[in-house]
Amino acid sequence: MLSAQGIFFSVHDKNILHDISLRFTPGKFHAIMGQNGSGKSTLLRILAGSEKASSGKVMFNDKLLHHYNERELARQRAVLSQHYHISFPISVHDVVMMGRYPFFKNAPSQKDKDICKQAMQLMQVLDFADRDYNTLSGGEAQKVMMSRVLSQVWECDESNACILFLDEPVSHLDIRFQHQLMQTAKAFCNKHLTVVAVLHDVNLALKYADELLFMKNGRLTYNILPHQLNETILEAVFDMRVKMKQVDETLVVYTP
Amino acid sequence: MSRFSFRYYYILLSVLLLLSLIISARVGAVNISYEKIFAFLGLNNASYSNIEEALFWKIRIPRVILCAFVGAALSVSGTLMQALFRNPIVEPGLVGTSSGAAFGAAFVFVMGSSINAAFANSVGPFLLPLFAFAGALIATLTVYKLSNVFGKTNVNTMLLAGIAVNALANGGTGFFSYVARDPQARSITFWNLGTLSGADWNAVYLVGISTIAGIVICLQYSKSLNALLLGEDEAKYIGINTERLKLKVILINTFIVAMATCIVGVIGFLGLIVPHVLRMIKSGDNRFLIIASALLGAIVLNLADMVSRIIVAPSEFPIGIITAFVGAPVFLFLLIRNSRKQHKGGFYA
Repeated sequence: MLSAQGIFFSVHDKNILHDISLRFTPGKFHAIMGQNGSGKSTLLRILAGSEKASSGKVMFNDKLLHHYNERELARQRAVLSQHYHISFPISVHDVVMMGRYPFFKNAPSQKDKDICKQAMQLMQVLDFADRDYNTLSGGEAQKVMMSRVLSQVWECDESNACILFLDEPVSHLDIRFQHQLMQTAKAFCNKHLTVVAVLHDVNLALKYADELLFMKNGRLTYNILPHQLNETILEAVFDMRVKMKQVDETLVVYTP
Repeated sequence: MSRFSFRYYYILLSVLLLLSLIISARVGAVNISYEKIFAFLGLNNASYSNIEEALFWKIRIPRVILCAFVGAALSVSGTLMQALFRNPIVEPGLVGTSSGAAFGAAFVFVMGSSINAAFANSVGPFLLPLFAFAGALIATLTVYKLSNVFGKTNVNTMLLAGIAVNALANGGTGFFSYVARDPQARSITFWNLGTLSGADWNAVYLVGISTIAGIVICLQYSKSLNALLLGEDEAKYIGINTERLKLKVILINTFIVAMATCIVGVIGFLGLIVPHVLRMIKSGDNRFLIIASALLGAIVLNLADMVSRIIVAPSEFPIGIITAFVGAPVFLFLLIRNSRKQHKGGFYA
């Protein structure tokens, strides 16, 4: 699967990432958390291949990430970014179909169309498939973009293991859809999809993630399993007092 | 987004193009009746004089066809540039392509005989297209590089860089018309405002072949250009080699604009309006835009050329002035609407 060794990254002599090494477990949900500006998104961009590390290497299936050509990589790796700005009118359906671009040359096959439809159904955006993307609300747009990346990794299975990067995927979603999106991503993990998500909501991460990664000042400070999380770790990462408590079956993080 | 399919629009536009070609072939310094046009085409047997037939085949028809190809070239170029810069207010006149080509061509007008002598006439007829292409490419790449900051196109920088490069190229063209002997100078001036009066069959072949080849090649990139709508990083994530794509599209685009410009001069704003209208009435899909803007651009420029021949007949009016009078207000309208969209509210907006 995907692993990184000794990643450093700096811009204008400012160190953004400092000696990061990690290995993602295939078919697991990984949550990356940390303060604003701790380097989460930069790390994600390097792991996804759009930014090159100043030093260190990223390996994907025993091959250096930057040795893949774009199309080859796009068939196994999808990325949901934080912001999208589209300056032209384009229908929701056409946006979702872009997830299938790595798989067809000129015109989409029936299979591509079916996959798009199912992905839109899953994220409940099929009702406004013909609307202009630019007229959508922030939450609707986020669901559409999620449908797009899902359609890209739709055919993930044992012989074709894919990885999905999500950068703050629930930032505009209401509470019901936050859980629905996480459940959907989790369901894809059972189809051998590896998920790497930058999240801010610790409770959401605790509930759905299989592994928790915490970053601080450009360093990977903790790489733990959910049951290993405690108040000391959270206070060290976020520089604030937090409490944890068992409520029914769920472990909850709250501020006293 | 309307319910008619793309094919419906292609057919409709093709029919309109054919009509505009026929109407446009009729009018000018000498009007030719429809009966005679059909007689020339062998469709009926109305009587006509040999002079009329020669005028029709050697002057009118090449001009009308050249006009269609130039209109197609400039409009497709507008579509490509807008897709590349990911901005609806870009066109070849604004990013320096046209004025760069004009500068290269003016250079050949004045210095051509000396250059030809130096190369023992081996470059001959390719001199003009070659220099127009070189000038256009340098100007376009300069603006593109300057407006791309950290992989994102900064529109303000692009417009400013466009102004600077245009000013420089126009200054250079002005310099050549100043040092030129009189007939050369007049041809540069007239040609800088755009004119189709130099149309002949050779011009039709040059612009026709370059335009059609450019369009056919670009159609292969329409999916990749659509992907670019999401942004450069995102296009990479869905499998597009964006660096190679940008280079190829800039090269093709510069080529078709340079070939058109070196024959007819600078015609502005067509590339801005045509893709915009098509996006409004149907779709922003670049495949549709490339085909439909070729057709609509040919129609619009033919109508503009018809006007330029009618209003001061038997003389003619520079077509670039007409497209500027219509296009500039549309551009301002788009600019205002665009900036309003970007700065909604805000105390200091």
